[in-house]
Amino acid sequence: MHKIAISAPSRRGFLIAVGAAGATFGFARIVVGAPGTLVAADPVASGLFEPTIWYGIDRAGIVTVNIIRAEMGQHVGTAIARILADELEVPWEQVRILHVDTDPKWGTMVTGGSWSVWQSFPLMSQAGAAGRQALIEQGAKLLGVGVAGCTARGGKVSGGGKSISYGDIVTRGALDRRFAEAELKALPIKPAADRRLIGKPVGAIDIPAKTNGTARYGIDAVLPGMVYARPKLPPTRNGSNVVSIDDSAAKAVPGYISSLALDDPSDTVPGWVMVFANSSDAAIRAADLVKVNWTAGAAASVSEKQIQDRGAALIADPKAGSLVVDDAGIDEAFKAAKTKVAATYTTSSVLHFQLEPVNALAVQKDGRYEIHTGNQWQSLILPVLAKALGVTEDKVIMRTYLVGGGFGRRLNGDYAVPAALAAKALGKPVKMLLTRADDARFDSFRSPSVQTLRMALGDGGKVMAMEHHAAAGWPTQVMVPSFMPKGKNGVPYDPFAISGADHWYNVGAHRVRALSNDVANAAFRPGWLRSVGPGWTNWAVESFIDEAAHAAGVDPVAFRLRLLDASGGNAGSAPNAVGGALRQAAVVSHAAAMAGWGTKLPPDTGLGIATSFGQERDMPTWCACAARVHVDRKTGIVKVEKLSLAVDAGTIVHPDGALAQVEGASLWGLSMALHEGTTFTKGQVADTNLDGYTPLRMGDVPDMAIEFLPSTEVPVGLGEPATTVVAPAIANAIFAAVGIRLRHLPMRPEDVRRDLAAARKA
Amino acid sequence: MTISFNLNGKPVAPAVPDDTPLLWVIRDAIGLTGTKFGCGIGMCGACTVHVEGRATRSCITPLSSVAGASVTTIEGLDPAGAHPLQTAWIELQVPQCGYCQSGQIMQAATLLADFPSPSDADIDGVMGGNLCRCMAYVRIRKAIKLAAGRMQGGTNA
Repeated sequence: MHKIAISAPSRRGFLIAVGAAGATFGFARIVVGAPGTLVAADPVASGLFEPTIWYGIDRAGIVTVNIIRAEMGQHVGTAIARILADELEVPWEQVRILHVDTDPKWGTMVTGGSWSVWQSFPLMSQAGAAGRQALIEQGAKLLGVGVAGCTARGGKVSGGGKSISYGDIVTRGALDRRFAEAELKALPIKPAADRRLIGKPVGAIDIPAKTNGTARYGIDAVLPGMVYARPKLPPTRNGSNVVSIDDSAAKAVPGYISSLALDDPSDTVPGWVMVFANSSDAAIRAADLVKVNWTAGAAASVSEKQIQDRGAALIADPKAGSLVVDDAGIDEAFKAAKTKVAATYTTSSVLHFQLEPVNALAVQKDGRYEIHTGNQWQSLILPVLAKALGVTEDKVIMRTYLVGGGFGRRLNGDYAVPAALAAKALGKPVKMLLTRADDARFDSFRSPSVQTLRMALGDGGKVMAMEHHAAAGWPTQVMVPSFMPKGKNGVPYDPFAISGADHWYNVGAHRVRALSNDVANAAFRPGWLRSVGPGWTNWAVESFIDEAAHAAGVDPVAFRLRLLDASGGNAGSAPNAVGGALRQAAVVSHAAAMAGWGTKLPPDTGLGIATSFGQERDMPTWCACAARVHVDRKTGIVKVEKLSLAVDAGTIVHPDGALAQVEGASLWGLSMALHEGTTFTKGQVADTNLDGYTPLRMGDVPDMAIEFLPSTEVPVGLGEPATTVVAPAIANAIFAAVGIRLRHLPMRPEDVRRDLAAARKA
Repeated sequence: MTISFNLNGKPVAPAVPDDTPLLWVIRDAIGLTGTKFGCGIGMCGACTVHVEGRATRSCITPLSSVAGASVTTIEGLDPAGAHPLQTAWIELQVPQCGYCQSGQIMQAATLLADFPSPSDADIDGVMGGNLCRCMAYVRIRKAIKLAAGRMQGGTNA
């Protein structure tokens, strides 16, 4: 549906040269070794061979892979390094990873969209092949044999009965090899059958440090002479102004230093006051006592209902919005329909609630600013930081740390700005920490949404046409409008906020209309939250398909399989979507079989199915979930007994990491289905900590069965897709169990009780 | 008056106010950062340490209340970082982002002291106060059982 422009890294060619490193890392860094050991990186002394910007090989044959993706639990460095090492033919024990700081040479630095492995696979394969080729050529020379008779394997080049290690080749130097673009493209990439690391089990490199307290997150960053800071957050995300600050009570807090209204030329944090102290605790306490008088932005009177009413009004206005899909003949098909089905679905605001509250440590040093923080989209916030600080972008560098929970929160690096402004104002390093409640109030939470879907059914329940109208706050419009493509009617739309509605079902004439909720966009900063648009669009699509199946009198699995016929535009295409809708049909069948679809169940127990293609049509991750639930009619409590998930993500690079992502993503789906959600109330989210916000806990976890369909197709993303199928599977299961149709997320016991009571009366 | 206590086997006497939460004493004043700040109200468990062997939320524990006590953090749980829970955590690849895991492991250590062979209900009851936002719960449960089996000297659970 949409192409996202990701700039390519600036190529220094694929230059082959010895000792070219050194300038790469001016900052003392830690390289994490494959066996979990920590060693200091010293590229100058080691005389690196850097076949590409993506890795270097030192004289001991140790390969250090530069990782530009944020590590936030997906073990991304392990997966990326495995791709490279496999193609380079180097033993895993000789591989290290380095999570690099920002540098223009890396190109776009973003970790999101479930893109990392998908985007890295061709790049790292090619980089590995280039290094392998250069080493074979030089190794052959050193061995005195022809290149044709040499092979690379296990970190050695062998030929003519002799062999030489990569480390020795690097040590003996004289490597100077450039690959022209055409030559690079022609490099042989190994066939799937020859893979030695991809798809094989391995321990993730980042895990040992996460069991012993040595893992370093942004919140753990320290600098000599730093001052601690906590903000006073204004009454509204946008448009607040500081009138006066009274810090007289805060002066009683030992360690309190001062309070400062930030002047922010980038308008990222309007109305922020920073409270400085000599410890985290003093900053937290002092901020509680500082009194700030603000004029509030217009959102101070806005609440969730107004946002949702606005969404419904936009949907009701046929002239509003962007037509993302608009097939000819749709209106005629609806006029001719034998039966029409229509339903409206809503979702509440959802917090990221990543466990590490946002924070940043900033310092001005040697004419440039260093920002120490965990972040998912450095390329998005760097220009904002430059604007805020009044410097050019080359004067700002972001130091990389582990991310204590991303889930999309740290795609929006707004939290780096106030720390940088404070460091500039004070002329000292400033470590800014938000408390949990601050973090919740400052969250770029998932916008509430309203969606109306309609279907035209013809003879025999045949689907003739379908419409999907979706209104929500649009993160991409608010934060990076240049990423918005234009719809069929020329109106730009947020691709991430509507993806999922452009499904792979053959529904005849199809229309998808995306509506930007302007009230939401002005009242808060809508965020990308794990699975983004498909988190709500697929909730609507898969609930609705179920409703349509029942209206057509067809079994919900059979109904889906009938529509997933891979006809026309749903046939799929190389490289990313080979097989098209037939692969989605396969996961539906597989999940249904895993769950024992069609077997008789106890009273008030039901099975529900839902499926999705993940994040976007250009990178489909086929997944399906069958949920088995029991509904307690008296309390309204829905107990999810089992989730059965089938996933086809193409080639699986790191199998256990892939499984972990599906476990986590599907439980996120469950949490947002039944356990968590908040409401926007007078300019703020109503729930700001665990006393009111209630994500899934240990005891809420159902039995889980997860299976990957074997594939050697292009590896696609896994961080988010499983999130999208769980809520509709549960809603469909509730319908199967007790015959009520819930159309709002989260589904609370009181909703179940209300609808059961209504059904009894009807 | 300076409060002194024992941290990971060594006496410490940080020069901070008595009412400073133990969490910030450990992180800011002493510089051990394995113990994490999550919610600040004792409801997420990321800040869990042992006070006299009991799992304690350090974010709501004032320094004054641990005067003379023995406090253990994730860094002190095992000198080699090889407590059976830690090795089980690595073996079963439990952590995702890892931010909550120090607290999870410290909580699980006292769970196993109280319930050497914990049932699922025991695990739900004791670990229910530790939030894992990545939702690595399936593996946390498995790793607790694996470690329990090994600490009992029996077969691997």
